[in-house]
Amino acid sequence: MNRTLAFLTRRRGGRGWHPTDILSYAYLMLGVLMMFGPVVWLLMSSFKTQAGLVEFPPSFLPYSQEQVMVEGYKDPLPLFEVTLPDGSKKPMAQVRRIGIVSQMVDPKQPDQTIRVKFEDRTPIRSLAFAWENYVTPLKQFNFMSYLWNSIVVTTVATFITLVVNSMAAFGLSKYEFKGRTSILIFIIGTLMIPITVIMVPVYLVATQLGMVNSLWGVILPGAATPTGVFLLRQYMLTIPDELIDAARMDNASEWQIYWRLIVPLSLPAIAVLAIFSIMWRWNDFLWPLIILTRNEVYTLQVGLNAFQGELQVQWHFVLAMTVVTLLPITLVFAFLQKFITTGIASTGMK
Amino acid sequence: MKRSAGDGELRGNRAEGLLRLPWEVAMRALEYPMRGVQRLIGQGRMPYVFVLPNLLIFGTFVVVPLFINFYYSVTGGTALFPEDRPFVGADQYGYLLDCENHLSPFTCREDRFWRGVYNTIFFVTFQVVAMVGLSLLTAVILNRRIVARGFFRSVFFYPVLLSPVVVALIWKWILQRDGVLNAVITAFGGDRVLFLAEPQWAMFWIIFVSTWAHMGFYTLILLAGLQSIPADLYEAAEMDGTSRWRTFRRITMPLLWPTMLVVLVLALIKSVQTFDEVFVLTGGGPGTATQLIVHYIYETAFATQVHNFGLAAAASILLGTVLFILTMIQMRLGSRGERR
Repeated sequence: MNRTLAFLTRRRGGRGWHPTDILSYAYLMLGVLMMFGPVVWLLMSSFKTQAGLVEFPPSFLPYSQEQVMVEGYKDPLPLFEVTLPDGSKKPMAQVRRIGIVSQMVDPKQPDQTIRVKFEDRTPIRSLAFAWENYVTPLKQFNFMSYLWNSIVVTTVATFITLVVNSMAAFGLSKYEFKGRTSILIFIIGTLMIPITVIMVPVYLVATQLGMVNSLWGVILPGAATPTGVFLLRQYMLTIPDELIDAARMDNASEWQIYWRLIVPLSLPAIAVLAIFSIMWRWNDFLWPLIILTRNEVYTLQVGLNAFQGELQVQWHFVLAMTVVTLLPITLVFAFLQKFITTGIASTGMK
Repeated sequence: MKRSAGDGELRGNRAEGLLRLPWEVAMRALEYPMRGVQRLIGQGRMPYVFVLPNLLIFGTFVVVPLFINFYYSVTGGTALFPEDRPFVGADQYGYLLDCENHLSPFTCREDRFWRGVYNTIFFVTFQVVAMVGLSLLTAVILNRRIVARGFFRSVFFYPVLLSPVVVALIWKWILQRDGVLNAVITAFGGDRVLFLAEPQWAMFWIIFVSTWAHMGFYTLILLAGLQSIPADLYEAAEMDGTSRWRTFRRITMPLLWPTMLVVLVLALIKSVQTFDEVFVLTGGGPGTATQLIVHYIYETAFATQVHNFGLAAAASILLGTVLFILTMIQMRLGSRGERR
């Protein structure tokens, strides 16, 4: 025990404990609670039934009241533990409730009902995961198509982004040609123009091209990311030109040099861009919100927002679909977190 | 080159597998026509072919819109197509900027714009200070000799990856009338608060939630900045018996300052453009208490009955000017940081 404690409290560098160490760990623990807590709470809530969700104060785990089928009644009845006048306790099903009095029935003797005061009964609850929160919206509402649209947008857009940006980066890093500097300055310039500033005219252009309410309208405008071109160009600059000269000697065309030589050598940078692109596209909201106005073309983000904005918020579905929306990104992060954090720390973009 | 980045790299390659097949097919199919193109225009002009698709997309969706935006801002009416819009000169700007007293939005002709401006200024001030402050604190703590540093770093970074809609819904659920926060408050004997229905609380929570969602990003950059400070400086300070606080003030802060400035301006640029989380969390409400400037532009152009594209374009050009100035400052700072 003592040795375990000594092991746990041992510090790198072998110095003793300082009060600020305790404060640091306290802060980090608070951080874990603050950062993960809300997400865990969402996950737990998403498994609660509609009745469980309106409970106040809420419970952490998804409990739901047990129900029994009683002979002679069509619907399952809620089960309560009833304190009888003689002080004994007995599980009974509630037939109906009138004011503060409930009419209860013993499931074993379905023909006898007794009246029980409201405060003499407590619901019998058990842990139950309401999977129907997940199944129903995917089946009955359009969530399946939202999900599909999001997947299409994310994969197609990422593919186009990678191809188009790597081509441009190759052209701008491995050739000397007239206009190269102006193109570079031009791309730096576009870095400074976020969609928030030009969303009105981009909408006009998209309308002219017939892209309103089409997934292409979501995919194309953001496909030529200046950050992507820069990231890839910086990387390609480190590839020695001799390799390209050697390939040319072997009668490779410029296109072959690009896709058989440069792209495979730039894979680390391309992978970083791919992950960024997946993140950007999956989470994209403002532009799809503008360009997609018909329900069947909504992406998951827009669909989720529209669904939660409807008059009667059906929280049990909203929470479950929120979990579905955050799941892919969470999985990507769980497997690639080291890769992502180092990628961001070294490029300074998100 | 491929094997140098560690195990994250190997897993990354597996994810690429999904993209590899369509890629191979497309590239192989293009090989023959591209050889033809090269023969036709010559090897020296091939870079233009490589740059072309990117420039086409840039041109169509960034450069052309930029010019149309100016045109929109000097024309009136509600028509979308430029040829149907009458020229009104600087009227839209005049309308936006016309106030009896610029410090009180209610005296302005377009009071929603000014309320958006003041909300944004308030929001940006507190959000950036809170975010950079907390990021710095977190980065400094993570830079200590901490067990499981990678884990804690990921914990703070995780919300950055979540979509704004998800972030807003997570918090909306916590903050609602019967939510867990009100449960805690009532458990301690307090009264329920309608957090998103009271102007001050709503403003507080949009600042809180956007800080929660983005601080991990800045923490990461600041942590990278801290780790690039040479360790021997600290060793020397320790040998001299310098106090921790003094070490922080005299070594850490001056050397971290360039990174701090970049983070500050970057946070500022992002903060001015905040829209998504707030739109889903409060919808700009109650009333217009949390309506920020981008939200104003969005509403004016797309969400109101009458689509006032001209006014939205004028407002977005004013916003763009502010962002442009901020970006210039950032680039200045960035290049100065590199020179050191």
